[in-house]
Parts: sequence; C-alpha cells; structure tokens
Amino acid sequence: MIPVAFDYQKAKTVDEAIAALSNGNSKILAGGHSLLPAMKLRMSQPSKLVDISSISALKGIKEEDGEIVIGAATTHADIASEKLIKNKLSIFAEGASMIGDVQVRNHGTIGGSLAHADPAGDWPALVLAVDATIEAQGKNGKRRIKATEFFTGLFSTALQENEIIIAIRVPIPPEGTKATYQKFSQPASRFAIVGCAVVRFPDGKTNIAFTGISDNAFRADNAEAALSAVIFLSDHYASAEYRKHLAKVYLKKALQAVV
Amino acid sequence: MSTNNGNGADAPNRFIGKSVKRVEDKRFTTGHGRYTDDIVLPHQTYAAFVRSQYAHAKIVSVNITTAKAMPGVVAIYTGAHVAEVNGVPCGWQVNFKNGTPMKEPKHPLLVTDKARHVGDAIAIVIARSKEEAEDAAQAVEVKYEELPCEIDAFKAAQPGAPLVHDDVPNNICYDWALGNPIDEVNAAMNSASHVTTLEFVNQRLIPNAIEPRCYNASYDRIHDHYTLYTSSQNPHVIRLLMCAFVLGIPEHKVRVVSPDVGGGFGSKIFHYTEEALLTWCSKHIGRPVKWTAERSESFLTDAHGRDHITKAEMGFDNDGKIVALRVKTYANLGAYLSTFGSCVPSYLHGTLMQGLYTTPKINIDVTAVFTHTTAVDAYRGAGRPEATYVLERLMDLAAHEMKVDPVELRFKNFIPPFDGVTQPGYQTQVALQYDSGNYHGVLEKGLQMLGYDDFRKAQKEAAHNGKLLGVGFSTYIEACGIAPSSVVGSLGARAGLFEFGQVRVQPTGKVTVFTGSHSHGQGHETTFAQVVADKLGISMDDVHIVHGDTGKIGFGMGTYGSRSLAVGGTAIVKSIEKIIEKGKKIAAHLLEASADDIDFANGNFTVKGTDKSIPFANIALTAYVPHKYPDDLEPGLDFSSFYDPANFTYPFGCHIAVVEVDKETGKVTLKRFIAVDDVGNIINPMIVEGQIHGGVAQGIGQALFEGAEYDNNGQLTNASYMDYCMPRADDFPMYETATQITPCPHNPLGVKGAGEAGAIGSTPAVVNAVLDALWSGGHEVKDIRMPLTSERVWRAMQN
Repeated sequence: MIPVAFDYQKAKTVDEAIAALSNGNSKILAGGHSLLPAMKLRMSQPSKLVDISSISALKGIKEEDGEIVIGAATTHADIASEKLIKNKLSIFAEGASMIGDVQVRNHGTIGGSLAHADPAGDWPALVLAVDATIEAQGKNGKRRIKATEFFTGLFSTALQENEIIIAIRVPIPPEGTKATYQKFSQPASRFAIVGCAVVRFPDGKTNIAFTGISDNAFRADNAEAALSAVIFLSDHYASAEYRKHLAKVYLKKALQAVV
Repeated sequence: MSTNNGNGADAPNRFIGKSVKRVEDKRFTTGHGRYTDDIVLPHQTYAAFVRSQYAHAKIVSVNITTAKAMPGVVAIYTGAHVAEVNGVPCGWQVNFKNGTPMKEPKHPLLVTDKARHVGDAIAIVIARSKEEAEDAAQAVEVKYEELPCEIDAFKAAQPGAPLVHDDVPNNICYDWALGNPIDEVNAAMNSASHVTTLEFVNQRLIPNAIEPRCYNASYDRIHDHYTLYTSSQNPHVIRLLMCAFVLGIPEHKVRVVSPDVGGGFGSKIFHYTEEALLTWCSKHIGRPVKWTAERSESFLTDAHGRDHITKAEMGFDNDGKIVALRVKTYANLGAYLSTFGSCVPSYLHGTLMQGLYTTPKINIDVTAVFTHTTAVDAYRGAGRPEATYVLERLMDLAAHEMKVDPVELRFKNFIPPFDGVTQPGYQTQVALQYDSGNYHGVLEKGLQMLGYDDFRKAQKEAAHNGKLLGVGFSTYIEACGIAPSSVVGSLGARAGLFEFGQVRVQPTGKVTVFTGSHSHGQGHETTFAQVVADKLGISMDDVHIVHGDTGKIGFGMGTYGSRSLAVGGTAIVKSIEKIIEKGKKIAAHLLEASADDIDFANGNFTVKGTDKSIPFANIALTAYVPHKYPDDLEPGLDFSSFYDPANFTYPFGCHIAVVEVDKETGKVTLKRFIAVDDVGNIINPMIVEGQIHGGVAQGIGQALFEGAEYDNNGQLTNASYMDYCMPRADDFPMYETATQITPCPHNPLGVKGAGEAGAIGSTPAVVNAVLDALWSGGHEVKDIRMPLTSERVWRAMQN
C-alpha cells in the first residue's frame, strides 16, 4: 500500500494548478478518495500530484443569475448540509448525504467525483437530472460543458488534458419542482448498484438519469427505450439481469416519489 | 452472583459478577496501545514480499539482479536460499479412515518449484525503508508457467483434478468419520418416516483482524539470542513450533513477545511462514527486520475460515423424534496445511453433531481437500459454527417440511436438563460428554423475549399485506477449553492444551499475575484482575496482569477456543489457592494458632471464632522479611500452576432472528436479534455481553454480507473492503441479549467461555428467518447460498 514516489505541489490558484499540470504525467488531487487508493495499489502512478484542495476560489456554494454555483472542491458533506442547497436544490442534499460514509463525505469533492466518472458514482446521475453544466478551465480559458455531454464512457469524460473542473452550475428549478434520488447501494462500498435521479418540473417535464448500471451515467427521460438499449454492468455482487430488474424497481420508486 | 465462586459464604464478591469497566480501554481509546508495528529497533530494516499472481504456476526463474541494485536494499532471499529449512508444521495429525496418517506436504518458507495459491511467497526483499523494500520487490522478475487450478473442494477431490501437491493423490489430505457405524445409521435412516435432506455450502470467510499481521525479528550476535515480536494469540506456541520444528534453534535462545494485538479471531493462532522467515533473516543480515502485512496481503495470506460443501440428512419418526443424522462434508483446506487446519473440519466439527438433541444414531464423514486457495484454519468458532449450521438449518427446514412448529420440534428433541453434579454429564454419539445443560431454559427465555405467539400473528398479517416477515431459530451448543491433554493427544493433537498461571505476591502485598493466556481484545487485564482481587480480598488496582511475553511468563498455550477464563483463569485460581494455603501457615505462626484454625476472607487471615486477625499485606511482607517465621517454610509468596482441565466446557444458547424481506429487491432487513446465552458463571457481564455482540455481528456477517469470492482462475476477486462486505453498525438492530447461568461443574469458577458463542449460534438463525419469510409468501425454497445477498434472495423468489 505504498505508492511509487511522486512529486507534490500545493496550488494556490487555478492558473497555477493548470500550469503545473502541463508538466508530464501529473494528476489533480482534490479529496483523494478515488486517486489515492489507486496509487497505493500502484494501479495509478502519476509522477506529480497537484493539490487543489486549498484553492479558495474552488470552494463554496452561491446563487448567481438564477443558478446555483458549486465550487468543484466543495465536499459532499458541505453540499449535504448547505441551507441554499436544502432550500432550492434538495435533491443534491439528498444525494450527497447518501455517498459513501462520513469520512468519505468529509473529504470527497463533487468536482473530483465528476472528473473521475466512476460508473457507480452518485454525482453523475444527480448533475444529469438537474440539467447542470460543468465549468472547466484549461490553458485556453474557461468553457461550459452540458452534463449530458460530459460523461463519455467508463471513467472517461469530455474534459481535455490539463483541464480542471472549477464549478458545477445548476439552473434553480422553478417553484413546485419535485425531485428525488433513489439508490440501491453495494453493501461493501456503498457505491450505487442502481441510482435513479428524477426531477419533475411543474409543467410535467420529467428528467430521469441513471448511474451504476452501465459504463457511464446517462439521461433516460424516455426510460423504457433508454433501458432497453443499455448494456448492463455485471459483477460478483449483482448480475446484469438483476441490475436491469433493480433499474425498473428504482425508477418506479423515484417516479412515485415525485408525483 | 454470590454463589459458586469458591470464595466462601462470608466473603461477598466486590468485583466478580460486576460490569467493571475495562482497565485496558484507557490506553486503547487514547491511542496509546503498543502494537508490534509500533516497535522500531535500532538499525531496523523492513521486508516486502514478492507473491505469486497465479493460483497455480511453475516458477521458471526468479531474477533478483535489478532489484538487488536498487537503493536501500539490504538483502533478497528466494526459495533457493531457504530450501534446506523445514516448512511450518501442522499441530494436529488426523488419520485416514484406514488408519494411515494424513498427507502432510511441506509448507515451505518460500516456494521453489511452484506457486500453489495467489499470494504464495516467492521472495523476500529487505531494505532500509518500507518504501525501498516495496519498490525493489516490484523489480524482482519472476517467470511463471501458468498451470490449471482448482478452487472447489469437491471438484479438487475428483480424479483428474489438477494436483496442488504432486505427491497427494486426488488432493485428499484425509478422509475421516465419527459417530455410530454407518450401517447402523443407514438402517435408522431407512426406518424414518420423514427424512429432511439439505445440500449447501458453508462459504469461505476472511478473518479481517483490524491490526494486520506484523512481525519484527532481531538477533543479538553477542548473546546468540533472538527476539521475535509477533502479532499472535499464543507466543509460547509460536516459539515452540518455530524453534523445534522449523529453524532448529534452541528454545532458550529465543524470546517471543506478543504485545497489544488488535484482534485475532483465530487467524493469529497459527505459526505463519513469515514469522520463521523473518527470524531466519534477522541472523543472516545481522539487523532487525520488520514486516507488516498490507490489507490486500491480509486478504490473500491470513488463514481463512469455513469453506465446507455439505450434504446432510436428518430422519424423524412419526412422532417427530430424530432417529438419525448423516452428514457428508468436503472441507477445503486451501493449498497448505495450516497449524490447526486438519482438526477444524474433523475433531472440532464432527464432535458437535449431537447438538442439543437426543439423536440416537449419528455419522459424520469428512473429506479434507487441498485446493489452489489460501490455507483455511480456525476462525471464530472453528468447526462448531459449521456443525451448528448443519443442525439448525435442518431443524427449521424439517419443521417446515413436516408442517410442525420449529420450536415444538426442538422441545421434543432436547436433551433433558442435567447439572453435571447430581446428574451425570450427557454422553454424545460423537465422542464428547457434555458437562451441564438446561436447553429448554434458553429457548423458553428466547420465546418470551420474542413474544412468539404475537409474532406469528404479525407475520400472517404482514403476508396478507404483501410483506414478508420471518423468524429463524438456532439452539446451539459449543465446546470450549478443549481438553484434557491426554484425550486430545489420543485424537492426534501434537500439543498439550493446559494453561499456566503464576501469582507473584510482592512484599508490599501488591500482586503480579503472569498468565499464559493472551488478550487480543478479550479484556483479560480486567476479568482476571476481578478474580484475583476478590479471591485475595485486595483492590483491583493492586493486581497487574502480565501476558504475551515468553521472557516473563513461564509457559502458555495462548488464547483461542474460548479457553482463557475456563483454563487460564483456573490456573490462576489454583495458584491463588496455594498462596492462601501458605499464607495460612504464616498467619498461624504469627497468631500462635494451628493452620487448620485459620480462615481467610475479605483479605484477612483470622483465627476461627476469635477476632485475632492479620491482613494479607502483612503476611506478604512477612513472607519476604521472614524474621518471625515457621521453621519448615520457604520464604516468598509466589506460586505457579499448570491446569489441565478434566473436560471441555459446553456453553449453549438460543438465538432468534426476525427479518423482513423486500419482495421487489430481495433485500433482507434484520428487524430483531435475540440472543440468550448460557456461558456458565459470569465474572464481568459487560465483557460477556460485548463478546456476544461481536460474535453475533460476525455470525450475521456470514449469513448476510461476507464471503470470499474466487474466480475460476483462483483469483480472489473481492480482496478489498470495497468488495468484501464487513458488516457495519447500521446493518444491525439493537440486539436483545440475556443470559442463563448453568455453572460448569468441573472448574472452580464454574465458567464455560463466551468468546465464540455469538458467531456459532447466530448464522443459521438469520438464514432460517429469511427462508421463513419466503415460506410465508408461498415461496418453497430449501436453501439460499450465503451470504444472502439481495440478488440471491430475489432469485430464490423468482422460482
């Protein structure tokens, strides 16, 4: 459980972090809850870690032009307990409080989770369901990526090399919107075997997103068609057939919760 | 709790029977425990292992040239370097049915010819730092030629299966049977009006002590003396095995220390190859060398538990009385014989097949098999949980099949109460004689706590509303404090199973106790001190318990099999009796009376019928400053005892689980868990309850969460906490616990042992409850493979 030797740089600004990244085989360190275990098993061997956990610009939650803006280095625990989130984006508080355990929630960050794009992560389904955009910054400045265009496969995203997620922007849902995140956890890791996030707007439009059941999280507003096209994951704990069954059960649970 | 403690009627207990807070917890909870890994010696070096990535592979070559040149590397040894050294021994010889000894292939310190399981050690790399050792270990180049492997005990025993050891035909270590002749059992089974048959797997578990295995070995060239710090449950046994059987070094030249140990659960009983190898290396490099297992190494190299494939049949007459039990088990031993791997599926398993029932004809037949997996050995309960699982699953299933109440079926078949004093012990069909028991009592108490009639009503109502509620029962017995030595010796044990206890009264009346038992979580420093303080009428603060060091303690057999209090505690009591006897002689001399006329109670020696008395501390001082002293008495007040019990002890109890099963997902929610345990007399109720809680968590863990998953290539696919599900507090309801007390008739404390009870009784109760829930919904299911994951339960409902 000892990683290979690596350099460590604590960045004070996003620009400094981006500059540091351009130097060889470097990785961003935020909460470290996915990266460090992989490094300890020597499955990941970066030559340098660029620590962004002290960049204050990447932390915190605010309301801005009809959007809720969450800094990428904000922890799951902070999101779960933030008043603004509870009042205007309760599905994020609900979802964040179901991630891992207390220690994970106190360290892990929303940006780290999204950039890692674990197929069983909770945040991907949540950001998809609320029509979020992911704000990233690289050498060529900032850009915004729609959540629906962000997850491109197993552990892969639309982020380009040396791009850092700086914020997650969510349009504040109109009054009367109902939303829920329903999750069936893997009992050991407490990652999602099936996670289903549903947002039902007052006009009846319904966003549905799944995580845990395939290579990457995805929107499934037309759920029946979407689920029939899915290649379900299968592992020693849950077979593809069982995941498929659970996906329907949890979709039903979620829909029942928002009507 | 003022009865049966041997203190005399006029000496009330001040500590025994009270929930005294654990004296060791202050250091543990404040981070001041001192574990093996905390020990850093001058010129310390660190070891890392090169381990096989394959379950079965020929080792073509091991190239250490690059690794040896890496920074900080002190030495690298491969199998070739230790080829002349013996392997680690097995502590129990089991014979084939035909009388020939079991197959005992060498378990080498490092492999040379081939690797036999993933994690088999190929080379040891020693460096100045742990990091450098690990980096160099990665640079050792091993060329393998992969060979076919087999992980399943039944398949491995079939002709043509890949051989783990070329000289062990069909991978069979031994076949073995116990009980009545098979012809008699078959005849009784044929006469039965109903036979319940169950085929199941008792899955492989990984012990997961929180402190990983850790060893630190050093050699003192000046004095030609070794010291081995080891995270072990029995340092004296490790010293004996390592010196006499592996390294051939004189025992008096070796000190083995097991300081604070963070959990064992059986997995730290055994003498591991790494202990001997590090000791060997320490002399060769002339520097101390330490190795601490990484968690993934613990998963792959700590001896695992259970792993039985079983077919069991129980026959009943028209009246529901059991007439016969027939059990066939294939037990997976892993790739090598671990220290007690051979006796767990045989003598610790077959001997429990009587259970609590009057079954007149029993035959248990075990085939023990080598496979390309990690060695299997004793794990909390060791054989007894497997036996309990056979019997208690059969009982609930038989009741369901015969449409009778599982509780009534048990009452009908229970052995009637016996105290073992005025009534004799109960002779089983499978070699043991139970000491004392009241089996009706624990079930009655459990039913009361459950509110059985109300539960069945609630269950019906739930079923009506589309919910699946179930209750499962388990009335278990176990055998603790395995003994006496002469008997276990006749059964093949290569060690005695007594215990040592020394009580040293210091001149000021303070007491140091040296015990051969070893605490790795059990709280001996508290429980033993409670006994000593009460017996000598002194304060607990005046008692210090010393354990875990061959340099301080005369001898010891260590802690496993729930033996510490019944065997180790009794050895201490025997020494206290000698102290008091000598103290009476000194007091008699000082008080000018006859020793026969001296009473000892409440810490005072008194002349019977007078107010003439001397406190204990004055007698202690006199023993060391013997100015006015009997002519025929030696000075000093310090006695040792070796106690070899007359019999095992037999705790028993009743565990009841209530579960709800989610119809849609198969998810099991444990709603209630009731444990009524009879562990004989109780010294510290809080510690006993804690032991029950921990054991129950492990037992429920087996039923619902835990299980090693090997793929067909012999890879352990869930060797991390992300995949191997250790139960957590929020997986459990608050347990409802109670005790019944049926004292052990053959030890002075009347105690039986509580360490394993929880893990032995609980597993079948939970599985029975899930099946009962499914039955309440009309799903006719005989078995679901443990752990009962949501998917497995869901699938069972689809049929």
